[in-house]
Amino acid sequence: MKPEPETNDIILRTGASIMVPLILLWGLYVLIHGALGPGGGFQAGVILAAGFILYTAAFGLGETKKILTMKRVLLLASTGLLIYAGVGVLAIISGGSFLEYGVLPLGHSPAESSKYGIEMVEVGIGLTVMAIMVSIFYDIAFNGE
Amino acid sequence: MRRYLAVLSCALFWAILVYGVPDLPDLGDPDAPSHKHVVPEYIEGSYKEAGVTNIVTAILANYRGYDTLGETTVIFTAGITVMLLIRRKWK
Repeated sequence: MKPEPETNDIILRTGASIMVPLILLWGLYVLIHGALGPGGGFQAGVILAAGFILYTAAFGLGETKKILTMKRVLLLASTGLLIYAGVGVLAIISGGSFLEYGVLPLGHSPAESSKYGIEMVEVGIGLTVMAIMVSIFYDIAFNGE
Repeated sequence: MRRYLAVLSCALFWAILVYGVPDLPDLGDPDAPSHKHVVPEYIEGSYKEAGVTNIVTAILANYRGYDTLGETTVIFTAGITVMLLIRRKWK
């Protein structure tokens, strides 16, 4: 096993410990805000992944792996896709066609349930994109170790 | 010789494209065909039908939901492929 590429750079570590929570919070904001303003699943996923990558750069792979193990990354990626397809199937069960959000039993009107359906789909996209970005980063930077 | 042929074909292609440019609609022209086809429906329907104020999100997740599901699958497949190609040891 290769030695962990840890750094003792105090500026990087201090900066990361301030920045990472803000980046993750910003990512969640972009994820939830997709229906109201600029934002959405793809952007939020990349922002969240950037937060984890910065954390890894500052504190090493071992620290990040305490939160995001390889198994959990794969699980998150699959879960995101499952949420997306699941919303589509849920629409079929509710009596519509695949991905027809209007028939979902989530709100008072078709438009309202469509809004929540879109939000769920965005969360799914965000999870998949974040997990895959982190996974590719793990693979390329650490050769899957 | 092949180099001249390449330059010539590039120049020819460029000339064809430039020949087509004057026929393009003006930038932001409301009467452009691309703005007449489905765009009015998207602009009016994204709040009434899809319930979101962000038109981009409405198109992405509602009107073109199938497409976005495919895109997410592409990203997932890309990640799995990188994993298969680079990660030799499975734990």
